[in-house]
Amino acid sequence: MNRERHRGFKFDWIIIVLFLLLVGFGWINIISASHDGEIVSYFDTSQLYGKQLIFLGLTFVLIVLILSIEAKFYERFASIIYILAMLALVGLFVFGKEINGAKSWYGIGSMTLQPSEFAKFATALAVAKYMSDLQTDMNTLKDQLRAIIIIIVPAVLILLQNDAGSTLVYASFFFVFYREGLQQVYLALALSTIILAVLSLKYGIVISGIAAAIVIFGAYFFRRKQKRISILQSISVFVICIVFASGVKLFYQNVLKPHQQNRISLWLRLEKDPVKLEQMKKEEAYNLIQSEQAISSGGWTGKGFLQGTRTTGKFVPEQPTDYIFSTVGEEWGFMGSAFVVILFMALIIRILYLAESQKSQFSRVYGYGVASIFFIHFTINTGMVMGLIPTVGIPLPFFSYGGSGLWGFTILLFIFVKLDSNKINEW
Amino acid sequence: MRKLLLLLTVVTVGLLFIARLLYLQVYNKEAYSIFDDTAIRSVYDYPKRGYVYDRHGNLLVANQPSYDVMVIPREVEPLDEETLLEFCSLLKITEEEYHKKLERANNYSPRLPSPFVPQLSKEDYAVLQEKMRKYEGFYIQKRSLRAYQTSIGANVLGDIGEVNQRNIANDPYYRMGDLIGKQGIELSYEDVLRGVKGIKFIQKDRFNKNIGPYKEGRFDTLPQPGKDITITIDSQLQQYGELLMTNKRGGIVAIDPKNGEILALVTGPSYNPNLLVGRERNKNFSRLFLDTISRPTFDRGLQAQYPPGSPFKVINALIGLQEGVVKTSDMVSCRMGYYYGSRKLTGCHHHKSPVDMNEGIAQSCNAYFVNIYRRIIDKYDDAGDAMNKWAVHAKSFGLGNYLGYDLPVGQRGRIPDGNYYDRAYGDNRWGSTYIVSNAIGQGEVEATPIQLANMAAAIGNRGYYYTPHIIKSIEGDTIPSKYTTRKETTIDKRHFEPVIEGMFDVYNKGTAATLRIPGIDICGKTGTAENFVRIDGEKTQLTDHSIFVAFAPKDDPKIAIAVFVENGYWGSRFAGRMTSLMIEKYIKGTITRTDLEDWILTHSLEEEYAKPYSGEPFKINGETTLQIIDKVQSSQESDLDSSVRIEPASNRN
Repeated sequence: MNRERHRGFKFDWIIIVLFLLLVGFGWINIISASHDGEIVSYFDTSQLYGKQLIFLGLTFVLIVLILSIEAKFYERFASIIYILAMLALVGLFVFGKEINGAKSWYGIGSMTLQPSEFAKFATALAVAKYMSDLQTDMNTLKDQLRAIIIIIVPAVLILLQNDAGSTLVYASFFFVFYREGLQQVYLALALSTIILAVLSLKYGIVISGIAAAIVIFGAYFFRRKQKRISILQSISVFVICIVFASGVKLFYQNVLKPHQQNRISLWLRLEKDPVKLEQMKKEEAYNLIQSEQAISSGGWTGKGFLQGTRTTGKFVPEQPTDYIFSTVGEEWGFMGSAFVVILFMALIIRILYLAESQKSQFSRVYGYGVASIFFIHFTINTGMVMGLIPTVGIPLPFFSYGGSGLWGFTILLFIFVKLDSNKINEW
Repeated sequence: MRKLLLLLTVVTVGLLFIARLLYLQVYNKEAYSIFDDTAIRSVYDYPKRGYVYDRHGNLLVANQPSYDVMVIPREVEPLDEETLLEFCSLLKITEEEYHKKLERANNYSPRLPSPFVPQLSKEDYAVLQEKMRKYEGFYIQKRSLRAYQTSIGANVLGDIGEVNQRNIANDPYYRMGDLIGKQGIELSYEDVLRGVKGIKFIQKDRFNKNIGPYKEGRFDTLPQPGKDITITIDSQLQQYGELLMTNKRGGIVAIDPKNGEILALVTGPSYNPNLLVGRERNKNFSRLFLDTISRPTFDRGLQAQYPPGSPFKVINALIGLQEGVVKTSDMVSCRMGYYYGSRKLTGCHHHKSPVDMNEGIAQSCNAYFVNIYRRIIDKYDDAGDAMNKWAVHAKSFGLGNYLGYDLPVGQRGRIPDGNYYDRAYGDNRWGSTYIVSNAIGQGEVEATPIQLANMAAAIGNRGYYYTPHIIKSIEGDTIPSKYTTRKETTIDKRHFEPVIEGMFDVYNKGTAATLRIPGIDICGKTGTAENFVRIDGEKTQLTDHSIFVAFAPKDDPKIAIAVFVENGYWGSRFAGRMTSLMIEKYIKGTITRTDLEDWILTHSLEEEYAKPYSGEPFKINGETTLQIIDKVQSSQESDLDSSVRIEPASNRN
């Protein structure tokens, strides 16, 4: 492989093959999810699949462009790209076009462009740039805060545009920070925050308080004396836990919108009243139920291309975009959907592997950022479609219909491919 | 560790998802049924139900279209006040009924179609059809209902009605709202008449809009029309029988002895089969079914099980001859009854004495038959063995068990054997004198009119019969072989002649001498059956049933017949007259004995039937007077001649 790289083709072919498989299979499923009746031509641009084909064509132009730009360009211009992307997000408040309640699009003629899709790679570049700076030390609170500000800015801007799903993506940078030296305690903190939040919602403050007490005082008694925190500290941690748990409950009840409450309630099975539950399911879980049923009905091998009854009948709303995985489930069955899961795992693991082998820290951090972003998209999207996590609107990379998303992910991935190809020049 | 966190998380999540997929798609997957697929609508196309013709090719039962409003509760969108009002007024129901019906359909199944308002009139259908698409979840299903071309034979023709839950559970072919044969031939020949409904699978979208055939119609089927059948009934004879039975209760069964075909199966009172068509079916059926006094849904030709009385004597004569315990010339004296020692076991009426077999049959002498019956039983050392032997003979005439005909109702009748009396009296604690009533068809022997008619056929055939049946032919098919297989009795052919002569003499010089038909040699036997009811807890005797069994002509029987008239007093009084008329009608086509006909049509038994319910003391048998009425007119004469008319089922307008 290395010899090959020396001779000319310097790019990682595994990633490219995985990429081609994903966009290819993705397009096939968009055909299924969007066709109505007869397919006259796959190039019919009045249909979603025809449009997506154009997006795909442009994608290859984009790839050539990205790969032909000097690798150093990305590192050098990372900050500028980041600032441009943030300006694009800010500009939405003035020039943005509202679609489905989210003001996340620029309208250019009949086309729309979603800058949040491009903000991801920009943020990844900025994070890589900042962390690879020799002056940055992720063990200092000051630098931690600076790094967090880099990801908080796009997150908040996107949240303000009413696109809560995309905001979540920026949480994935936690993996990057951790890889680059963020203290263990943050990992513990992150985990216990999630656990405590779930506990307090599901079982109430008393139970979560008891659980916290057991863990904290367990830790107190079983740790060696030297490492032990004082009783006073333990008690304050406990108090913080209680306050946090109550805070979660208050947040859930007062800040979250009713539909968000319902989604969480359905996920954690909080509602016990069967009448209300039925009502809730009708209002909130329609997509989820339809999508789960579609996947279930696929069985081992699926019903075949264009043969999915629920897909053809358009029973699953948003199927070409966020719920595209249900098409895979119905028409290609367990074999097809497991194949997609494995493709994504392979892609992410391959990126991680290559990232670890980078000599430049910038490339490594960026690679980690790419892997993390793909991971969070994949996990949240498929997890939601399979009913494992609450409904969050977020696309499946390379599968979901949409030009911005496809291009955003392609740029994200191929900048890394370019950086990777350049690693021998690093010396 | 820092390097591994994301890697491990990715692997964990990936495996978790694959596990979830396995659970959803492999473990949790229900067996796929196209009928359960929410994305597929199955549309049924009901075939024409087979027509029914009589033996001469007269169309008896045809079809008429009917339109049911069906509902799939899950797909119903709440209607706004105005639309709901309009819908209800089109369906001619109240809002309250609307909600009740919807609830009931939903309780049955939210996803399967249920009938909402069945059987619209043509006018309602025309108006509704145009507006139907406004009402989500409702649609109109076309079916075919029966159109009876005649007002006779309700007991034979039967009817069709909506399937019940049990039908659906027994046979997955049926769906809620389907029609199924409920009685008569509609029930017996459901599979033949029904055909197979066609089905179209339509792919729909989530707004319930049809978006074309599912898989280009690969699984669709065309309806297969039901087969036409021809039944053995002679409608002229049937109609005449029903006319004769007017104002009486009872049954007439006429069989062609040559092949077991049922020529007429009359029950009285009957009803017009058109009552059980259309929207009024349920109401009318309950009214008929709940009439427990005249019981019009009780087929007396098939279900009325009584001691047959004297006609059974001929069986004892045949068994006696077969067992060799009696010769035709043996004389038995009768002193107005049969005496055992000084005890009179059975009475008799006044006739000359002593009598031989011929006279015994012709005069229906009780003493004669008790005598030979005792000889049969006493031939064997053990009365039980003798009874068993006797029962085998009797049962070979189709008595004492279901005959196996192709109508859905019936009774076994009863021919007691040794075990029966062992159970009743204790082992070996009885003898011939205990059971002499069997000699004269009383006591424990019971039979239905169709069994008696079949018995007459077996005698007329000199020792064999064909299982009586109502099916003559099925379009493109054959009738079951059991109806074309000869069944032999245990009596040798040579023993029949003297008995038949006796039955012939019943007409010549015996109890039916006044009932002769010029030009036809009829062999018959009168019968009278005592009967009792409970009135206010007290066993009360009513006027005897009038029974007559015959076949004709004597040497080449074309018809075997049993007539049974409730409380008609003695055999030749009602049943005998009706028998002669039926035979003449069938063989000659016209009636010469108009005196008999006039008598039957001007005499009613309705007063007799009202007695037990009057609450007053009443008299029976000889102490009664007959009710004379104006001559009953045949209201049905024109029915069969008219061309096929198809009228709307509902006459609500």
